[in-house]
Amino acid sequence: MIDDTIAAISTPLGIGGIGIIRISGKDAFSIANSIFKSKKVKDLSLLKSHTIHYGNIVDGDKIIDEVLVTLMKAPNTYTKEDVVEINCHGGIVSVKKVLEQVIKSGARLAEPGEFTKRAFLNGRIDLSQAEAVIDIINSKTDNSLKVAVNQLEGRLSNEIKSIMDKLIEMMAHIETSIDYPEYDLEEISYDNLKNSINEIRRKIKYLLDTADSGKILREGVKTVIVGKPNVGKSSLLNALVREQRAIVTSIPGTTRDVLEEYVNISGIPFKIIDTAGIRETEDLVEKIGVDRSKELLELADLIIFIIDLSVPLTEEDLYIMDLIKDRKTLIILNKTDKETVINKEEIFNKFSNNKVVEMSTKNPKDIERLEEVLKAMFDEGHINLDDSAVVSNMRHKNALIKANNSLEDALKSIDADMPVDFLSIDLSNAYNYLGEITGETIEEDLINKIFSEFCLGK
Amino acid sequence: MSYVVSNIDVAVIGGGHAGCEAALATARMGLSTVLFAISLDSIAMLPCNPNIGGTSKGHLVREIDALGGEMGKNIDKTFIQSRMLNTGKGPAVHSLRAQADKFNYSKQMKMTLERTENLFIKQEEIVKIHVDNKKVKAVETSTGAIYNCKAVIIATGTYLKARCLVGDIIENTGPNGLKASNKLSESLKELGIEILRFKTGTPARIDKRTIDFSKLEEQPGDEKIIPFSFTTNPKDIQREQISCWLTYTNEKTHQIIRENLHRSPLYAGEIKGVGARYCPSIEDKVVRFADKERHQVFLEPEGEDTTEMYVQGMSSSLPADVQEAMIRTLPGFENCEIMRIGYAIEYDCINPIQLRHTLEFKEIDGLFSAGQFNGSSGYEEAAAQGIVAGINAALKILGKEALYIDRSEGYIGVLIDDLVTKGTNEPYRMMTSRAEYRLLLRQDNADLRLTEKGYRVGLVSKERYEKLLEKKRLIDEEINRLKKTIVGVSPLVQDFLKANNSTPIKSGIALSELIKRPELDYYKIREIDKDYVELPEDVQEQVNIQIKYEGYIKRQMLQVEQFKKLEQKYLREDLDYSKIKGLRIEAAQKLQQIKPRSIGQASRISGVSPSDISVLLVYLEQINRSKN
Repeated sequence: MIDDTIAAISTPLGIGGIGIIRISGKDAFSIANSIFKSKKVKDLSLLKSHTIHYGNIVDGDKIIDEVLVTLMKAPNTYTKEDVVEINCHGGIVSVKKVLEQVIKSGARLAEPGEFTKRAFLNGRIDLSQAEAVIDIINSKTDNSLKVAVNQLEGRLSNEIKSIMDKLIEMMAHIETSIDYPEYDLEEISYDNLKNSINEIRRKIKYLLDTADSGKILREGVKTVIVGKPNVGKSSLLNALVREQRAIVTSIPGTTRDVLEEYVNISGIPFKIIDTAGIRETEDLVEKIGVDRSKELLELADLIIFIIDLSVPLTEEDLYIMDLIKDRKTLIILNKTDKETVINKEEIFNKFSNNKVVEMSTKNPKDIERLEEVLKAMFDEGHINLDDSAVVSNMRHKNALIKANNSLEDALKSIDADMPVDFLSIDLSNAYNYLGEITGETIEEDLINKIFSEFCLGK
Repeated sequence: MSYVVSNIDVAVIGGGHAGCEAALATARMGLSTVLFAISLDSIAMLPCNPNIGGTSKGHLVREIDALGGEMGKNIDKTFIQSRMLNTGKGPAVHSLRAQADKFNYSKQMKMTLERTENLFIKQEEIVKIHVDNKKVKAVETSTGAIYNCKAVIIATGTYLKARCLVGDIIENTGPNGLKASNKLSESLKELGIEILRFKTGTPARIDKRTIDFSKLEEQPGDEKIIPFSFTTNPKDIQREQISCWLTYTNEKTHQIIRENLHRSPLYAGEIKGVGARYCPSIEDKVVRFADKERHQVFLEPEGEDTTEMYVQGMSSSLPADVQEAMIRTLPGFENCEIMRIGYAIEYDCINPIQLRHTLEFKEIDGLFSAGQFNGSSGYEEAAAQGIVAGINAALKILGKEALYIDRSEGYIGVLIDDLVTKGTNEPYRMMTSRAEYRLLLRQDNADLRLTEKGYRVGLVSKERYEKLLEKKRLIDEEINRLKKTIVGVSPLVQDFLKANNSTPIKSGIALSELIKRPELDYYKIREIDKDYVELPEDVQEQVNIQIKYEGYIKRQMLQVEQFKKLEQKYLREDLDYSKIKGLRIEAAQKLQQIKPRSIGQASRISGVSPSDISVLLVYLEQINRSKN
């Protein structure tokens, strides 16, 4: 794909009041036009180059965001192609929604470094910078590959694999009937195919719908909860997630493994990690958990340190304080429902640069207050988001959207009563889009499936 | 003692389907050619199934014919039954298959070779290829005769170090008990060529007189016979056909196989060659698909003047007594007599990634290869490579630009690109699912796709080419006319639609739009087409398909446009990938090994990622700019 139309978020995520989505390629104007509504402007492509226009990005009748659109016609642009930049509200939610709409309208999510690559290939960037261009391509790819692989563990990849399995099963059936017409194979009826396709589309829709709630697609502000045993780390996690997942008991050292949950606080995804109590321990299993905790602290975007107000500070508290000094930390003074025994002043003094929240994890009002604090920290730029995670989330969504479109094409072919070999073209497109997530391609997979499922040959 | 016999242009080693097409191509292109075969009685032999064509293979035959090859013409002369398969599906997967009279097929092809100017066939075994300074110089026969030549095309099929197995009886022979070629492999290894070992097999042949046909299902040919060759007039080949027959294995068959598995050389570990998954023996099927109660068995005549019948579905290397016992469990086969026993055969072949798309070895100038030797299987796959190797050997000697058929132009392109880009770890079989632009690569339009190429290289006559241009013109004109002809809301039109269960129209509509409706087609709408003039049948077929599936065809054409852009970004063969900064090591190694001709091919190599492709693009741009 050398000259299709690409799009990406071109500002750092979650920072600043404005987010910019850049679209480049021959369909940039028509794509922007199809999702842009304004009282003044009827057709963006008729307007002068290098001008800015006010309006809304819409999904049908629904307004997604209020935006300014900058139009730049080739060749006087960064990529020397037609470029449209959509300036929308900052923060992660609206930029993602706008980008999603751009992709639904036909653009492809840009590969890492692709704008720069195009700028170079189209002669915009000097030859002397070629190596720098290659470095950009490689470093961004490495980074996003790492993230993509990390994200693929677990539920999302299972869901996608099961969808792909379903697809390939249908296709193997169709292709076998084509390549081995005399083989006594039951033909799948169009009704059956339709049902299977619709079932797959429901699954894709579910994945897309839940992609932003933070449950399925792995991303978010990596937030690590620390504190000595039994200060209420698991209770806090549970309160935020509002479901019992961690085992909450009063025996110190219950949480031996690391628990992760994804919560969406006012549109900001947080990946919250509950650690085993950090303390010197003799118990081996717990020791492993403790080592992991230290590791996790290193990688955290934000640390939540919980101190129990109702018991005196211990060696362990001091040990943790030492570990997290100079890190971005939110301090929670927990258990305001009990009698306070520690000296709060001491803490306020020690963490004068940090936000400190006094609360009880048992009080829903306090939890809401905590959520507001977290959102404010994000909006004020105290927390940065690892944007490669969001990009790979977008990549997954991009693939799901395109796969879904191909399945719609397949349904149209069924309704038009097209022969079965036409369907398999759309199905294989859908498979290939999903394969972009998992790294699989159709050809060998399909042939393997055909020969493992069906007994063929002379 | 070796001695120089003569100087020729091209030496073709092997007289099978690849060798025949290769030799005919070079000779017809004006080059003195000698085809060497171990037995001149086995020219164009069909040692396995007695048919030509079938799904995707039928497409290949049509494409060979469009380029000016012989296979289509030869089967049109010698078929005894013909069927168009998949007619219930879309036009892209309609596939022609004909049962051949094996003996006549072989005889007719030999006659064609014998009557071709510039071509001689000789019964000789080639044992050595002489190479000097990485350039082919000569071939040497087992009797020491040396033929100096400018190009060599290896098409040794399954003969190289062939080994046939029937149970524990192992013989070092080629197919059908013919002599194997035992020395050439060593010569190839000395030249640095990587050799693989593959395996295939064939079922028993049964005497027709000993079958009770009343217990079998008859499978007659099509009523209207469609020729393979675009040059054959359908009227000339409407002849009486011979039926095939269908029966099934049963529990008794499977039991005999299971009880004797230990006697199979495959399960005893005697066979080392890699077999194809799509061509399993019956013992393989019974083991791998244990819950299947029965397997289909097709009984196919091997010719008009013989009682031999081919038992498709029962390929086996079990001992002779077991083969006989299991075949006799089939309904109708209770008293059958086996005429030839089934066997497995192992042979030397090459890893095809050593070849360019022209089928010339990258490391040895003037050395070409085609067919099963390249790791493929099937007569049609062999013939397709044969004609491409022949054409390119000739073009090279003539100093002309090579012929290249890409994946969007033909199954031949898919076949060769797969082999030289990905290699293969089993005998490679063509399948329609391997072609990503299947809707464009139909068997009905092979001439429209490839005959011009055949004409340019000199294999297709001017007369045939002009006929093709005329056909194209008629198709385009008729499609235009149908797009422009608007029918109004008249009783004639509404009645016609009603009669065909089609929704009445509300305002005027182009005839082409009506053709697109699933329940209508070009043939039906002529009732309301006042200006209809009857065109040749092949033109009508194209008009119907091209209008009816226009939306889908256009979509694939857009994809092809994208595909071509990367195919046309050429990479020099002498590029040193280890020196390109930014390529991952694995990718650089793979690229160095395959030496892709274009960025497009590079992107199909496993282990080369999209970011490697980006790096290559940037690198190419760097080179281009520093040149200017």
